Amino acid sequence: MIDMSLIDGLSIQISQMLLVLVSAPLLTGLVRRVKARLLRRQGPPLLQPYRDLIRLVRKEAVIAESASWLFRIVPYIVFAATWVAAALVPTFATGLLFSWSADLIVIIALLGSARFFLALAGMDVGTSFGGIGSSREAMIATLAEPALIMIVFTIALVAGSTQLSTVANAMLAGVGLRVSLGMALIALIIVAIAENGRIPVDNPATHLELTMVHEAMVLEYSGRHLALIELASSIKLLLYASLIACIFVPWGLAPAGAPLHVHLIGVAVYAAKLGVAGILLALFETMIAKMRVFRVPDLLGAALMLGFLGTLLRFVSRSL
Amino acid sequence: MTPVILLLWLVAALLFTAGLAVAIRRSALARRVVYGFSIATCGFAIAVALVHLLASPAITSTAVLPLGLPWIGANFRLDALSAFFVLVINLGGTAASLYGLGYGRHESEPRRVLPFFPAFLAGMNLVLLADDAFTFLLSWEFMSLASWALVMTRHRDDDNRRAGYVYLVMASVGTFALLLAFGLLAGPEGGYAFKTIRAHGASSGLTGLVLALALLGTGSKAGLVPLHVWLPLAHPAAPSHVSALMSGVMTKVAVYGFIRIVFDLLGPPAWWWGVPVLVAGAGTAALGVLYALMQNDIKRVLAYSTIENIGLIFVGLGLALAFGGNGMKAAAALAMTAALFHVLNHALFKSLLFFGAGAVLTATGERRMEMLGGLLNRMPATGLLFLVGAAAISALPPLNGFASEWLMLQAILLSPDLPQWALKLLVPVVGALLALAAALAAACFVRAFGITFLGRPRSEAATNAHEVDRLSIAAMAILALLCLFTGVFPALIIDALAPVVDALTGTRMPVQTHIAWLSIVPVAESRSSYNGLLVFLFITISASLAAFVIHRVASNRVRRAPAWDCGFPDSSPATQYTADSFAQPVRRVFGGFAFRATERVDMPAPGDGRPARMTVTLHDLAWELVYDPVVRLVNFLAERLNHLQFLTIRRYLSLVFGALVLLLLIIASWP
Repeated sequence: MIDMSLIDGLSIQISQMLLVLVSAPLLTGLVRRVKARLLRRQGPPLLQPYRDLIRLVRKEAVIAESASWLFRIVPYIVFAATWVAAALVPTFATGLLFSWSADLIVIIALLGSARFFLALAGMDVGTSFGGIGSSREAMIATLAEPALIMIVFTIALVAGSTQLSTVANAMLAGVGLRVSLGMALIALIIVAIAENGRIPVDNPATHLELTMVHEAMVLEYSGRHLALIELASSIKLLLYASLIACIFVPWGLAPAGAPLHVHLIGVAVYAAKLGVAGILLALFETMIAKMRVFRVPDLLGAALMLGFLGTLLRFVSRSL
Repeated sequence: MTPVILLLWLVAALLFTAGLAVAIRRSALARRVVYGFSIATCGFAIAVALVHLLASPAITSTAVLPLGLPWIGANFRLDALSAFFVLVINLGGTAASLYGLGYGRHESEPRRVLPFFPAFLAGMNLVLLADDAFTFLLSWEFMSLASWALVMTRHRDDDNRRAGYVYLVMASVGTFALLLAFGLLAGPEGGYAFKTIRAHGASSGLTGLVLALALLGTGSKAGLVPLHVWLPLAHPAAPSHVSALMSGVMTKVAVYGFIRIVFDLLGPPAWWWGVPVLVAGAGTAALGVLYALMQNDIKRVLAYSTIENIGLIFVGLGLALAFGGNGMKAAAALAMTAALFHVLNHALFKSLLFFGAGAVLTATGERRMEMLGGLLNRMPATGLLFLVGAAAISALPPLNGFASEWLMLQAILLSPDLPQWALKLLVPVVGALLALAAALAAACFVRAFGITFLGRPRSEAATNAHEVDRLSIAAMAILALLCLFTGVFPALIIDALAPVVDALTGTRMPVQTHIAWLSIVPVAESRSSYNGLLVFLFITISASLAAFVIHRVASNRVRRAPAWDCGFPDSSPATQYTADSFAQPVRRVFGGFAFRATERVDMPAPGDGRPARMTVTLHDLAWELVYDPVVRLVNFLAERLNHLQFLTIRRYLSLVFGALVLLLLIIASWP
C-alpha cells in the first residue's frame, strides 16, 4: 500500500515536471497570439516558441571575449532553479511526492536564486546594457521579494501552513471570503507582472528600449544559453499562473490518491485555467501602457503595502 | 582534567604564543609559529567544545582560580551555551590562523599583528568561560584592547587612527554600560559571581534598566544601530584575517554576552523585554544593509552587512523573549534555534567573505570596487569561493544562510498567537523589515561580487591580478564547504543546538535527525518543512540533465567574439556600470528617507565645453542625529568648565568650601 502511494506520488511528480516543461512555451505562445489578434495582427502561430527554442538550441553559442566561466553555467542554474520551483507548485494534483521538501518560502527563494545568478550574468561581459538590466532587476527585486514574503505570510496565516498542497486543500475546504486574501491576490498579481517583466513594468517584446530590464540582462546570450533562459522565463510565467490558480482557484485539483480519471480531469481543468490566465494577461497588456522605470517602485510599493496590510489583518483578527 | 581547565590551558597557550611572537626576532619564523600554534590550539578547543556539546551538554564544568576579586576568586564555567560559542569562535579562529599563515606573508608590519592576534583569540575565549562579573569585564576589556591594537596596525594612516579612536570611545561606553548592568545585577551585597546572581536574579524594579544597559553594552560591541558607527570604520582598518575575526567572531562574543545576561542571569523573561530587542534588531537589519549598498569599499560593504546580520540575530532573540515571556516555550525554542543557527552561519560566511576581500587586496592592492572588475578570470578559485559566500549570505537555498532565515520566518508565522497587542502590531512590521533586509542583501552581494569579480578590469592593478597562495584558498575552501554542509544538513545543526536552546528557553525543538530524508520540520509536517539536501540534489540533477541533453542532442559549439552590446560595443572599461551606478535605482527608492539622499545634475548647455557633473549627497543620520549633538554638548560643557582653570586662589578656596558644605549637607540629610 505504501509502495503504491509512493509510485503514485512519484508518477504524479514526474508527469508534473514534464507538464510544466512542455506546456510553458505554449502559454507564452498563447499570450503572444492573443495580443497580436487584439491588435488586429495575424500573429505568430501558437507553436512558434517551440520552433524558436529548437532553432536556438541547434545554433552555436557566441560568447563575448570578456565573459568568464560563470557566464556559461548561469543559464543551467537559472533553468534548474526555475524548473525545480515550478515542479513543486501543485498544478493538476496535490499529491506531489516531494512537496514536503520545499514550502512556499523555498519556492520564492529558488526564484530569487535564479534572479541572483541572472543579474550576475548580466554584469559578466562588462557592457553598459548588462549593468543597466542587472541594477534595475535588483531594484525591482528589493521590493517584489518582500511583497511576496508578506503575501506568503497572509496566505500561511489563513491556511495555517506554508506547504502549498496543504494551502490548496485548506482553500478547497473553504475559508470564506476574506479581505486579507483579496489584498494578497491583488498584491500577488502585481508581483507576478513585475517578476515576469510584463507590461507595464517591462516589455518582453522589445530589445532596444531604455527602460528595459530583463532583456537587457540577457542581451549577450545566444544559442543554447539563450534558449535555456527563454525557456526558464516561460516556466516562470507558468509558475506564477499556477501559483495564483493553486491558491485562489484550487477547484479541479486532484487530491492525493485519487483515481486516474480524476487526474485527467485535473489536467483538463488546469489547461483551462492557464488559458484563461493567458488571455487575461494579453488583454491587460494590450490595455495598458508601459510605465517609466522609476514609477515601478510605486506600483510594487503598493503590492508590498497590500501584503503587509493583509498580514497585519491576520495578526490582529486572530484575537477578535 | 575537566573541560574548562583544558580550555583555560589552551587560553594560556595562546597567551604564551603572544609572548613568543614578541621574543622571536625573525618575522617569517614568528609568523609560522604564531599561526601554527593558533591553528593547533583553536583546533583543540573546537574538539573540546564539540565533545562537550554532543556528549555531555547537561554537565557544567567549573573552576576557580585564585585571581581576580579576593573574596570570590576568578570563576570559570563551561556549559552548553558557552561550549557552542567556544565552538563558533575557535572555528573562526582556526580558519583565520590558516589564512594568516599565507596572507601574513604580505603583511608590511608583522610585528604589529603577530603578538596581538593570539592575545585577541585568548581574550574572546576568556569572555566565554568567565563566570563572575569581574572576570567577564576584565576579559571583555582585554578582548577590546587586543582588537584595538590590531585595528591600529597601520597607524600612520589618518583614517585608521580615527577608526581606532572612535572604536576605543565606543568600547569604553559599552563596557561602562556593562559595568553598571553587572552592578545592578549583583545588588547591594555585591554578589558578583554569576552563581550568586543566578540564584537571586535582579530585583523586579530594575530588570528594565538592566535590559537597557545590556542592550547598550553588548549592542555597541555587536553593532546595533545607532551604536554601530565604529564598526564600519574599525573592522576594515585591520588586516583582512583580523577583520574576519572581528566581524565574524567578535560580534558573536557580544551576542553571547547579551544572551548570558538576559536569558541566563536576569531571570525568567517578561513579554515586554522582547519589544526593545525586536525594534533594535529589525531596524539594524534594514538600515545596515541599506548602508552596505551605498559603500564603494568592499571591506566596508562587508562590515555594514555584519551589522545587518547582527540585526537578524537580535530579531531571533527578541522573538524568543516575546514567546518565552508568554510561556510559549516551543515557539521560543524555534526562535532561539534560528538565532543561534544564524550566529554559526554568519561566522562562517562572513569570515569567508573577508578572506576573499583580503585575497583581492593582496592581488590588487585595491579595496575600492570602482577600481576592480574582471577578477573571476584572473582569480578563479577566490572568485568561486567568494561567490559561495555571497550566495550564502544572500540566503539562497540550499546554502546555510537560507536555512536560518527560513527558521526565523517560521518563528514569525507562530507569533499571531501572542496575546499582547503591542507585539501583534510590532511583529508584522519586523517580518516586513526582515524580508526587505533579505532582498536588499541579495542586491548588495550581486553588486559586491558583480563589480569586483565580473565585467572588464577597471584598472591596471585589476588587469595584472594573480591568484593568491594555496593556504589562503584552503582556508576559504573549508569555510565554503562548511557553508554548503550546514545548509544541506540543517537537521544536524538544529539537533546539536538543542541542549543550548533547552537551557535557555526551557524546551527544545522536536528531534529532527529521525525525520525521513533529514528534512527539517519546526512545528508539524502539515505546517512547513524544508529539505536542503533534496533541493540541492534537484538543482544539481536538473542542471546536469539539461546540460547533458543539450550537449548530446543539439549543439555544443562555442565561438568567442567581441561583445554584442546592441551593436555599439565600447572598448573603454569605463563604460561599464560602476558600484555607484548599480546602486542608483535602489538609492532613489530607499535613499530619500534613509539617508536624505539628494542628486544634483549639472548639465552644461549645448555648445558649452564643460564636462557634465552629477553630485550625490548622502547623510549618515546616525552621526547627525545621535553623535553630533552629543559631541556638541560635550564641547559646550568643556568650554564652560574651561573657565574654572583660570580662577584666583580666593575663588578656588571658596569653591572648596562650598563643595564641603554641600557634601556635609548631603550626609546630614541621608536617611
